[in-house]
Amino acid sequence: MSEQNPNASAAHDPVWEARYHRNAFILMTVFFIVAPAFIYPVFLMKALCFALFACAFNLLLGFGGLLSFGHAMFLGMAGYLSAHAAKVWGFPPEFAILTGTVTATVLGFIVGLLAIRRAGIYFAMITLALAQMVFFYCLQAPFTGGEDGIQSVPRGRLFGLLDLGNPMAMYYVVLAIFTAGFLLIYRVIHSPYGQVLKAIRENEPRAISLGYRTERYKLVAFVLSAGLAGLAGATKAIVFQLASLTDVHWSMSGEVVLMTLLGGMGTIFGPVAGAFVIAAMENYLSELGAWVTIAQGIIFVICVLAFRRGIMGELEAFLRKRRKQG
Amino acid sequence: MNFKLKAIVAAAALALTAHAAQAQISGNVVKIGVLNDQSSLYADLGGPGSALAAKMAIEDFKAKEKGLTVEVVSADHQNKPDVGSQIATKWIDSEGVDVIVDVPNSGVALAVNQIVRDKGKVFINSGAASSDLTGAKCSPNTVHWTYDTWMLANGTGSAIVKRGGDTWFFLTSDYAFGHALERDTEAVVLKAGGKVVSKVRHPLNTQDFSSFLLQAQASKAKIIGMANAGGDTINTIKQAAEFGIAKGGQNLAGLLVFLTDVHGLGLDKAQGLILTNTFYWDQNDGTRAFAKRFAAANGGKYPTMVQAGVYAGVLHYLKAVAALKSDDGTKVVAKMKELPTDDPLFGKGTIRVDGRKIHPAYLVEVKKPSESKGPYDYYKILATIPADRAFRPLADGGCELVKK
Amino acid sequence: MFDISIPALMGQLLVGLINGSFYALLSLGLAVIFGLLNIINFTHGAQYMMGAFVAYFLLNKLGLNYWWALVIAPLAVGATGVVIERLMLKQLYKLDHLYGLLLTFGLALIIEGIFRNEFGSAGLPYSMPEVLSGGFNLGFMFLPKYRAWVIVASLVICLSTWFLIERTKLGAYLRAATENPALVQAFGINVPRMITLTYGFGVGLAALAGVFAAPIYQVSPQMGSSLIIVVFAVVVIGGMGSIMGSILTGFGLGVIEGLTKYFYPEASNTVIFVIMAIVLMFRPQGLFGQR
Repeated sequence: MSEQNPNASAAHDPVWEARYHRNAFILMTVFFIVAPAFIYPVFLMKALCFALFACAFNLLLGFGGLLSFGHAMFLGMAGYLSAHAAKVWGFPPEFAILTGTVTATVLGFIVGLLAIRRAGIYFAMITLALAQMVFFYCLQAPFTGGEDGIQSVPRGRLFGLLDLGNPMAMYYVVLAIFTAGFLLIYRVIHSPYGQVLKAIRENEPRAISLGYRTERYKLVAFVLSAGLAGLAGATKAIVFQLASLTDVHWSMSGEVVLMTLLGGMGTIFGPVAGAFVIAAMENYLSELGAWVTIAQGIIFVICVLAFRRGIMGELEAFLRKRRKQG
Repeated sequence: MNFKLKAIVAAAALALTAHAAQAQISGNVVKIGVLNDQSSLYADLGGPGSALAAKMAIEDFKAKEKGLTVEVVSADHQNKPDVGSQIATKWIDSEGVDVIVDVPNSGVALAVNQIVRDKGKVFINSGAASSDLTGAKCSPNTVHWTYDTWMLANGTGSAIVKRGGDTWFFLTSDYAFGHALERDTEAVVLKAGGKVVSKVRHPLNTQDFSSFLLQAQASKAKIIGMANAGGDTINTIKQAAEFGIAKGGQNLAGLLVFLTDVHGLGLDKAQGLILTNTFYWDQNDGTRAFAKRFAAANGGKYPTMVQAGVYAGVLHYLKAVAALKSDDGTKVVAKMKELPTDDPLFGKGTIRVDGRKIHPAYLVEVKKPSESKGPYDYYKILATIPADRAFRPLADGGCELVKK
Repeated sequence: MFDISIPALMGQLLVGLINGSFYALLSLGLAVIFGLLNIINFTHGAQYMMGAFVAYFLLNKLGLNYWWALVIAPLAVGATGVVIERLMLKQLYKLDHLYGLLLTFGLALIIEGIFRNEFGSAGLPYSMPEVLSGGFNLGFMFLPKYRAWVIVASLVICLSTWFLIERTKLGAYLRAATENPALVQAFGINVPRMITLTYGFGVGLAALAGVFAAPIYQVSPQMGSSLIIVVFAVVVIGGMGSIMGSILTGFGLGVIEGLTKYFYPEASNTVIFVIMAIVLMFRPQGLFGQR
């Protein structure tokens, strides 16, 4: 997605950008802190996990220019390992989540090594093929519980002190994890490494001619993206006390693409917005059955044809234009 | 005490008891949540039809006349345990739902089973197959109606062997449900004196069974047991007809088949299929009357055993609530086990201490097209398995509620 | 597992070839669309499904039998393809290919959702045409007549399409138009219209495969989504631009899958993806592709 990333060349004034990001971040964090008072906390936790997943995916797609069509394998495998660790090995939640995240990171490294040498559509296809193999493995491996999934995962006590069975405690832990992941991604994007990654996305041959080992940079992005997606999946398994095949199915890979596209590829806050909208849609349309699928399809089509910058992309473009005028 | 005081005391006493009785039904409303698959694999065997069945039960119970306000909500769990458990949690926490019914798909059912238990509500499962719901995962808040894997394996397996189908070939869906069904049926077949010639495992959602059917034909087993469900079963049956399985003298045994599957196949493909159900609309006047009413409100589609189970389960639940004047989950389920069941669809029966609803099962064969006289006239009943033998013995389930 | 009986093996090989002809027919449409137009048509599975449904409606509402359906369904569904191309795909040609993938993915979701809403999921019955019922007893297996018909028809269609595109003048214009549209347009050929019709043709091929499927696979809204990923694998392995590559790979993979079903059936779903991953790693242009 290199030549055509719609939000790519937007930033020109780093001071304004930094200020905008800081303000937006403060706004977002304050919102999340007070939100449980008026929005159902279980929904918020689901949305936050998906937001982290989408942010991790966006790191690879929006900033790295690589479309992975198999990212669900990281979300799902981490979820399974986290659930298994908490339920069968008796790990406390922080170690269970860590186990899941490490699993996803290792899997990301392996998949990355295999996939990174190809680009564009071939990269997407190879990630899809590998994700399908992971799916079929999860379907049959005894420890995953197949169609039933791993159920009744204990929430446990964080660091032996905080009982996560308390919904508010669980919520703020999830918020903390999300914020940490989000800040990490922000830091990576605005670091020298991040600049090189963006350069590779814009024009890889030129980056190579400048002497950069582009494959290494892309691999790092892939592993980071996989690990953070795993963090989201591992956390989600503890929150919902459940790990299931849904999270390794290719439709989940499609959903994260949708969230990122809708929210705004290549923007910092876009994936968060996209994840919230999609999660809300699933929640409130679930009474209407197949309409969820149809609505998702329609959003895909509209986004591709007329709304490529996504929610945050459009918003940011509007803000920049206003600043120029004002 | 003078008369006025007596009147006041009496009035106060009356007001207090009335208030107490009302206060025991939370929010003065009994809310029933119908949770099932409304958009994919199991949408036809349960789906919106189950919500309709629940509403019919409420009407027939004459809830209004008995002073109970009963409401029904429904949602689609999309066969995903995470979606199902979120809906169940939301319903109980913030919408005052007292009882969740239907829930096909064992994965979702087990998740809901846990949630309902943790929150002290009621779960009447009509759609799922897992015999763990009354076994290792049994709960004082759960009643398992209609059917389960043990009954299917036992009913179909032993009845077929008794009728002469003593050599078996298993075509099994390669995941937990398929394995469980194969294992249970194999045990029954061997116990009844039959033999398992060979087995093959196919991936879930296989489109083409020609290769497996060829292996089945080569095995020369008299019975081909389909330990799979949904689209896989339908495809197997369709292609078996194509490959002339029946003409070669072999019979297909459907280990999990519903009326809607037969309807989707058409009699020319499904004829001769042997299966076990616990309800068929054309058995007696009571079932026929129900079916006609149901079909009229359901676009002409006749009820499956799952939808019948929702009707009967809701009816019995309301009886227990009315008798107890409370909707406290654990107490209501205890009452449901105490009261014998009686409804026009399943007849007289009981609910055991492990939550298992007991009723007879029927071994049926799918009619030939020439034998069918009207819409949905698909089954002829070959044998009735009496209620006390249809389900797993109480002691064998490993349920903690069963005192040794 | 290894005491192979030769008749049984031959039976499996034949069955594999039959499935392969299915894969070949479906991947043909995809290969035409990608090879000539550089569009990744994720909607292919949904269009295949629509072909089967059109056949069902023709039979049950209009009394038109299977043979009519073979002609009408591809035209009808192909027409919807023309509309999609005109209204939506045209706008994406200057953009990255992956937008086309996302658009067609979204369209597939919409189409499948609508059909699921209307028709539920148990599927609809479609009976085998009389003439093709029954079968031949080949000794080592019973070969249904219908399956034999599918192999033959599929081969004919695949080879004719290949011939049309690689060996005729029309095909040459088309291939030239995708390499250098401006030049070909300058010669007076209406390039946009050719592209539209080509997309419609590829879609029509998907629908035709759907009609072939209706008597043997259950006509249900999700029949396409189960197949689409496998068909993509076939096209990728064969080489995304190569028509002959898709045909040969389709048949070849059918045979490999059939053998896997015999020797190690639990893996028969994954074997295609393993091959796809291997091919992509060592020869990303596919076994027969050039670019």
